[in-house]
Formats: sequence, structure tokens, C-alpha cells
Amino acid sequence: MTSRLDATFARLRDRGERALVPYFTAGDPSLADTRRLVVEAARRGADVIELGVPFSDPLADGPVIQRAAMRALAAGTTLPRLLETVAALRAEVSVPLVLLTYYNPVLAFGLAAFARAAVRAGVDGVIVADLPPEEADPLAREAEAAGLDLIHLVAPTSTPERVRLIARRSHGFIYVVALTGVTGERQELPPDLAAQIRTLRRVTTKPVCVGFGISTPAQVAAVGGLADGAVVGSAIVRLVEERAGSPSLVDDVGAFIAELKAPLRKGA
Amino acid sequence: MKPKLPDARGHFGRFGGRFVPETLMAPLIELERAWSAAKRDRPFQQRLAGLLRDYAGRPTPLYHAARLSEQCGGARIYLKREDLCHTGAHKINNVLGQALLAARMKKGRLIAETGAGQHGVATATAAALLGLECDVYMGAEDVERQALNVFRMRLLGARVISVESGSRTLKDAINEALRDWVTNVRTTYYLLGSALGPHPYPMMVRDLHAVIGQETRRQTRGVLRRLPDVLVACVGGGSNAIGLFHPFIGDRRVRIIGVEPGGEGIATGRHGASMSAGAVGVLHGCMSYLLQSDDGQIATAHSISAGLDYPGVGPEHAYYRDAGRFEFVSITDAEALEGFEALTRLEGIMPALESAHAVAYAMRLAKTLPRSKAIVVGLSGRGDKDVHVVAKALGKAIG
Ligand SMILES: Cc1ncc(COP(=O)(O)O)c(C=O)c1O
Repeated sequence: MTSRLDATFARLRDRGERALVPYFTAGDPSLADTRRLVVEAARRGADVIELGVPFSDPLADGPVIQRAAMRALAAGTTLPRLLETVAALRAEVSVPLVLLTYYNPVLAFGLAAFARAAVRAGVDGVIVADLPPEEADPLAREAEAAGLDLIHLVAPTSTPERVRLIARRSHGFIYVVALTGVTGERQELPPDLAAQIRTLRRVTTKPVCVGFGISTPAQVAAVGGLADGAVVGSAIVRLVEERAGSPSLVDDVGAFIAELKAPLRKGA
Repeated sequence: MKPKLPDARGHFGRFGGRFVPETLMAPLIELERAWSAAKRDRPFQQRLAGLLRDYAGRPTPLYHAARLSEQCGGARIYLKREDLCHTGAHKINNVLGQALLAARMKKGRLIAETGAGQHGVATATAAALLGLECDVYMGAEDVERQALNVFRMRLLGARVISVESGSRTLKDAINEALRDWVTNVRTTYYLLGSALGPHPYPMMVRDLHAVIGQETRRQTRGVLRRLPDVLVACVGGGSNAIGLFHPFIGDRRVRIIGVEPGGEGIATGRHGASMSAGAVGVLHGCMSYLLQSDDGQIATAHSISAGLDYPGVGPEHAYYRDAGRFEFVSITDAEALEGFEALTRLEGIMPALESAHAVAYAMRLAKTLPRSKAIVVGLSGRGDKDVHVVAKALGKAIG
């Protein structure tokens, strides 16, 4: 059975289109808001949506996503409640949903229970920020059994040997960490990004999405020339932070997502 | 029975490992290779041994605390005097080794986390000695309660970065140091200060502190004509403890006891006793026992001693706990203060509040054992840095 992620990337490739992958920290400012934001994002052109599972110690994240995680936790967000929100969302949207998490909340849930509950709720894939392939076998087994895509990341520091390992192990797509650092907005795309993606393309035909530091439509357009998709995180989360509690939250975020998607559409 | 641990992937049974963002994987593998090459490199080992002797002041004495023992009226208590090391704690053993390794790897900048400030001071010291740049991350709460050490680091030329996120203590300082390392990994050496974190740190830090236990073996053979009956050390991340314990793991007759911070009491939930009250999980790159909520959020630890104020523990300790080889107990803030006062008044030795936890437990244990038994306490550091905290706890003003 092809996964919803595989089908989405295949369809986009056929159409000559690139994926926009917005990221939201789930539960920021509340899970009810996350639900509305996801529906709006899907309507305005998001092809895959990443939902961040808030964690007390997000060591791969910069200040914007750290703050969002703290707000989400303060609002009582837990992995089980997040999965309930996803299950409710599945009545409204068919866009692929990917969880981005740290390993400890998944371990605490139980690996097999997590994989099954995630799939039952309608989650398509999971990215675990602190789980390299060497440590991933236990989760990979459960994910495969449940039909959940386990997505791995490659970094600018990954050796050619590691790039091959990651490309082989990653399902759904391969997440290219564009820069050596934590999440957050940057002025420029790293100059060696094109070379990094070329190296990866030489060893895989799987879809490739690029994230970390991508925050403007111009940067998204540049990534669209290199990869199958662009992930935008901190810029969206910062907008959510600024508009939280305002009646224009959903509209403003939706408008930003439409702007980000525009350069990825066919013929753009 | 002395299994070769960790295994090639850095696992101590189910514990340890390398749970880090991909960006750090290749650098950690490079670090592991550099360390194993340095271990086999004679000139490197000679330089380290020379510094430990002439600069850090090793070997440290094994001192029979006769008056303290008498007061307890039971087993004899010996103190392994790491408080006499240069900079005032065991931390320098690890720091000298890793700083030499950083220089060997041609990294011009050191970063470190610190709780009590002892590891930060030791790192700043080594940076001054070797002419390296040095930034130290320290939780904002610890910056306040360990002001003396903050100023020492600055005098030594290090930059101290106060960390405002999370619980504003050691855990958050490690998060911030890891974020710095992820960003600057090509030029920067992360000098981790305890026996935790991703492989190879728990192994490397243990190797560098094992000198504590090796000297203790020799010294007890000289003084007692046999090995000690019990070893007691405080456990924050577990570096001074694993250093003392490791050379004795194969000696089944030697009881090995780690002392965790009981804070205001385990029942209050305000403590740092991950072995007594924690569950297995992953934090800061390794699998071990952690204080955490049911849904896997890391809890905030509480201890009067900044150096023990950490919600986890090194993976090797977790392994030997489950294997039944190490015992773990806890000592509350109030008991640690009693240990501090007893050692100060009876022996004229002012221990660090971290070490006072081990002293307090050894005193309790000594009372239950006959005079023929010998307990060795890892006296990991001296107490100057804690005088402010002690004064406050006793409701006294300084001066
Ligand atoms: C004197 C002293 N003892 C013990 C510790 C706890 O660390 P570890 O458990 O790694 O020995 C510290 C940490 O700052 C310390 O300064």
C-alpha cells in the first residue's frame, strides 16, 4: 500500500509542482487553534503539514519554537490530546500530517502504542529530532508494522556514508537540514545547499524536503528549484505568536501560507 | 565479572547510546576516534599525567577522618580528598584530559555547561592554561547562588552566559551548550562536565576520573592492607562517583553506594533523586533514569546543591543499578547541611554541598557498622563556593 505521503509527492511530481510543508507547534496557543490553523493551511496550499509535539527540552530548536513549546505545554498539550485533535481533523482534511517530536515523549507513550495510536488517529509520518538511524530500530520496527512513515534527517555535517544510510532508512521523504544549527529564521540560504542536495540525489530517488532557516517566499522559491519541498517553521510560529488571541490569527497565517506556496506552483 | 562497557555503539546494556540531532552524529564519531587515538598516544598520556601531578596536585590524599568516625561510633571513615585538587573539585581531572584533546583536535574554542560552577571554573582554567577561547553556559538560578564561581570564571578570561530558559539550572545550561555546539561544531569543542550525554562522553569522562578510584585502591592497600568495605560518593550526573567506583566494580566484596540529592524529601516531589523516583527515558543524548512526567516531559530537579540539581544520571550508573552492583540512596538538603557542619567542626574540612551529601550518608552508615569496617567517601570538592548558601540556610548573615 502506498502511503499518503508517497501518493502526495508522486502527484506533485506529475504536476511539476513542489510541496509547501508548514510547521506548527501543536497546542500553541491551544489545540483548538492548531485545528483551525491546519484546516486553513490545507485550504491555502499546504501539501504536507508538520505538527510539533511540544517538549520541555527542545535542544534542536531556536528561541521561537522553544517559546511555542513552552506555551503549548503551559496550555496542557500532551501527545494523547494531540492525537485526539488529529483524529478530529481527519474529518475535515486529507492533507498528510507528520509529527515532529523528540524521542522521550514517544518512549513514554510506548513505541508500539504510539505507532498504532498515531496511525489510528490519521498521522502519516513521524520525524524524531534526536533519533539518528543507529538508535531508531525499535521505533522503525513498530512504525513499519503500523504503517507509519519514519522520516530521517540529513545534516550538512553528514558524511557520504551517513547520507546513504539515512536515504535508505527514511520513509515518506528525506528531511534535509539546510544549516549547521538550530531552527530559526535566517537572512540567507546556505551557499552549499545545492551541493548538499545533489549529493543526496545521487543516492536516492525518494522525495527531498528542505528545512531549517527557510522563512520567506524568496527563499522558498530558491528551495523549490532544488528540492521536492520546502519546510517553513519559525517564520510561521512567530506569526502565530504575534497574532495569538487576535481574531485575525487564522486569516493572517493563511495569507502567509498562500504567499509561501505561490512560487512552488506549476509555472511559477 | 567485568564486562567491557560501553559496547561499540556506546550502550551500557539498554542505557547510554547517541540520541542527538543528525548534525552532531559525525562530530561525535570523530570525537570517539580522536579519544581512542589519544588514549594510545604516549606523548599525550605523558602530558596529561604530568599536568595531573604538577598542575592539579595528584595524587590526592586518602585521609582518615578520625574525629568524625569517633563521633559516629562505628566504621572508620576515610576521605578521598578531591577537594584538594587545583580549582577545588574533582572536575579538573576530566577537564585537563578533554582540553588537551580539544587542542589535539585543533579546536580553538571550548564551551561547557556548569551547575555549581566547579566544572566551569575548571574549564576556564584549562582554557587559560592552553590559550583557548572559552564560553560557559550556566542556569540563571545557579549564576545567583554560585556568584563566587561566576566571578572566578570571568577572572580566568571566560565568558559566562546566563541561561534563562526552562528551570534556569544545569539541565537548561546543557540544552544551551548543545545548541551552541550544533551551530559551531566545526570550530568548537564541547567539554561536557559529567558522565552523561551522548557516546563517547560517559565513557571518556569516566576514563578520565578513574584515577580517583585507582589511587584509592593503592592507598587503601597501603593503609588498610586490603580494599575498603564501602565506597560512598554523591551523584549529580555521576562523574566523581563513577571515577571512584569504576576500578572496584569487579571487587564484589566492596559495597558501592551512590548518594542522590533528596532535596526537601522524596515525598515532596522537590528533589533530584532520578534513581529512586525516576523512569527510563532519553535526555541530553543518552538513555538513563530521568525525573519526568507520565507523558515524557522532563521534570525540574531541586537540590540545595547546584551541582546535584539535575533530573537525570549517567547511563553507566543506571546500568550497574539495574545489575544490582551499585546501590542508590538519597540525602535531603537538611541532612547535607548537617554533614557540612559536622565535617567542618570535627575535621576542619569544609566540603562542597554536593560532597556533604556523601559525608552525611557515610556518617549514617558508619553508625550501623563495626569499627573493623572502612568506608571511603569521595570528597568531591571544597565548600568555599557554598558559604553563601549555607549562611542563608542557617539564617545567618555573612560578616
Ligand atoms: C564538588 C562537586 N561534587 C559533585 C558534583 C556533581 O557532579 P558529578 O555527579 O558529575 O560528580 C559537582 C558538580 O558540579 C561538584 O561541583
